[in-house]
Amino acid sequence: MASIFEFANPKRFMTLSGAILPWLTVICVLSLAAGLYLGFAAPPDYQQGTTVKIMFIHVPAAWVAMMCYGLMAIASLLGLVNRHPLADVAAKTAAPLGAMFTALALITGSLWGKPMWGAYWVWDARLTSFLLLLFLYLGYIALWNAIEDETRAARVTAILALVGVVNLPIIEFSVEWWNTLHQGESIIRSGGPLIAGVFLWPLGLMAVGYTTLFFTLWMIRIRTEILERRARALMLEAA
Amino acid sequence: MESFFAMGKYAAYVWPAYGVSLLGLGLAVVFTMSAYARAKRQLKALEAGE
Amino acid sequence: MSPFSAVLFRDMRLATRAGGSAALALAFFAAVATLVPLGVGSDLRLLSRIAGGVLWIAAVLAALLSLDRLFQSDFDDGSLDIIALSPLSLEAMSFAKLLAHWLVTGLPLTLLSPLLGLLFGLPGEGYGPLMASLAIGTPAVSAIGAIGAALTLSIRRGGLILPFIVLPLLSPAVIFGAGAVLGALDGLSNGAFWLLGAFSLVAVLLAPFAAAGAVRLNLAG
Repeated sequence: MASIFEFANPKRFMTLSGAILPWLTVICVLSLAAGLYLGFAAPPDYQQGTTVKIMFIHVPAAWVAMMCYGLMAIASLLGLVNRHPLADVAAKTAAPLGAMFTALALITGSLWGKPMWGAYWVWDARLTSFLLLLFLYLGYIALWNAIEDETRAARVTAILALVGVVNLPIIEFSVEWWNTLHQGESIIRSGGPLIAGVFLWPLGLMAVGYTTLFFTLWMIRIRTEILERRARALMLEAA
Repeated sequence: MESFFAMGKYAAYVWPAYGVSLLGLGLAVVFTMSAYARAKRQLKALEAGE
Repeated sequence: MSPFSAVLFRDMRLATRAGGSAALALAFFAAVATLVPLGVGSDLRLLSRIAGGVLWIAAVLAALLSLDRLFQSDFDDGSLDIIALSPLSLEAMSFAKLLAHWLVTGLPLTLLSPLLGLLFGLPGEGYGPLMASLAIGTPAVSAIGAIGAALTLSIRRGGLILPFIVLPLLSPAVIFGAGAVLGALDGLSNGAFWLLGAFSLVAVLLAPFAAAGAVRLNLAG
């Protein structure tokens, strides 16, 4: 766990993230390029036809959307317990990215659903729980923007993020349960033995690409926030 | 090549999905990078002004 | 009188006096439930199917209506600062407040629900499960609502943000609550009552701590 506390110093974070960022960017670009190439070269699925190509961008977006909420909750916990401003910044900057990936997962999911179900929106368990996840992200962002004092906003939203992360599995479960109650059908699956090998490689590469893209953007957003806070401190000094 | 763009009969779903994803991720990259550049510029100006 | 029951009874008195939030919540509940048949039509077969879901949604909305003032008035007039200095812990105070909120909104809504069920043509076997699901589930509404109320305490127009934060967190209660009524109508035992009870229990047990933490942060500033 030492590495987290290494990161916790803003100055050290700047040096470390500055060293990591170029590598992360390279991995991101390469895996996205390879994933896209293999994805489009892959044959159509015998059941889903060429719509399977949507899986290569839907599943990674959904994965990053969920991972981001988990990371946001971890950062929130560190911010609440250790009272460290860098953790606050990390949680704050993750939320808009998470909301964006959630929205992408929803849009690609409904574009995948249309030819499969015959409708853009079906109250499928996965789509429904992602819609609720989007609301959780938007509520978090709204609460951040509504509280003027920065430190207090960070602490208060941290509580919301933690309540959300406790509730999220329950929401997922209840939506699954509700879906079987009303006899829905789920076509969108992620992972598992259902996916043939030809699809596994592009899917994996795209997942790596999306994940590294998220971390790259997240780091840059944290760096931006650190620079802005330093600038604000300088302005206060000068005034 | 034509069959590539036709995507079986699902071109109307596959390409918008890729288009929206490209747009969303592209905007995220642009916003993030421009905010970063702005913050760097502002800090540099402040430090130079001292 | 112990400090706990002092908070409990004072909140209940404030809510039940003339023009208090309890009567408003009940009236709102009835108004929403009346509006639904006007919107979807008077087909009793359809209405009896959706009665459980509609009454559950109306109950959640009615409870939310009175939530933003759960801590706000005490925050504004400084009572919260006094309570924070008193031997009563903020956790116990939060629990007293959410209990008071449930006693003056959740409980009356539960008692009123059969009457509205009647308007929806709910079949005889649905009334017991409807009341039971509301009795079991509305404590979770008050509990999660109390967290939202504490989080939005320092915001000037917190009442606008509060429902937005709270509603997605409450979706399991609506799902299990309405599912329990539907299950009873279809003669299925789908375990919804157990799931609803578990959700409610966890919410009521954890909410005082989350709410107290948020109140503490907002007092510190």
